[in-house]
Amino acid sequence: MKIREIVELLEADVLCGADRLESEVHSACGSDMMSDVLAFVKDQAVLLTGLVNAQVVRTAEMMDMRCIVFVRGKMPPPDVIELADDSGLVLLSCRERMYVACGRLYTHGLTGGGVVGE
Amino acid sequence: MTLHYDIDGENFQTAGEASANVKKVLRQLGISTDIIRRVAIAMYEGEINMVIHANGGVADVAITPDRIEMTLEDSGNGIPDIALAMQEGYSTAPENVHELGFGAGMGLPNMKKYTDEMKIESTVGVGTKVFMAVNLK
Repeated sequence: MKIREIVELLEADVLCGADRLESEVHSACGSDMMSDVLAFVKDQAVLLTGLVNAQVVRTAEMMDMRCIVFVRGKMPPPDVIELADDSGLVLLSCRERMYVACGRLYTHGLTGGGVVGE
Repeated sequence: MTLHYDIDGENFQTAGEASANVKKVLRQLGISTDIIRRVAIAMYEGEINMVIHANGGVADVAITPDRIEMTLEDSGNGIPDIALAMQEGYSTAPENVHELGFGAGMGLPNMKKYTDEMKIESTVGVGTKVFMAVNLK
């Protein structure tokens, strides 16, 4: 799935990385606990979360993710958007709650992929 | 090659800067993506720990032909029971850290999981020194 399709499916706003929407992503994860993302995620390119602090961007950066989707209409502060842009990430914000946003992407083929240890 | 970083304990927002820089350097050196990710995650967890628990500290990274070694040292309260701290889910992080997405008791276990060697030396009231290494071969 291209990131552009995520934008369309979730009617999301693009906060940064508008020039990177043609990137292909193959799996995603949803979490508000960055410790768990660092512990269990493997090769998921998209992170859906309700947290908007700088550590969400840092976590995605460490995991080589491509895109963060903020759910529940959350908006990160400008310095967080700038950090993400510098890191080459795409930031999106959508109104849907976590469960619905994940479900919509999943039913359109963006699955969870594998987890570490499996 | 050696790298040195001062980890600012006052600002949670800047935690991760050192790890991001290490990642960039390793990428420039042409190290494989898998190795870089393991180093970056282990160092990032260590950095977060120093900010949450020890008011910052120093991090030194040595890159040799055989492996990447990270030494993180702080002058915090120390860890009274290292075996307990190594258990998944055990955390002494304050509640406000949970709201930031950390404090699930996964930091030290994660650091061990992603590295080939890990040693912790800690003295209560003096500080903690964490050594981690990821083999390149």
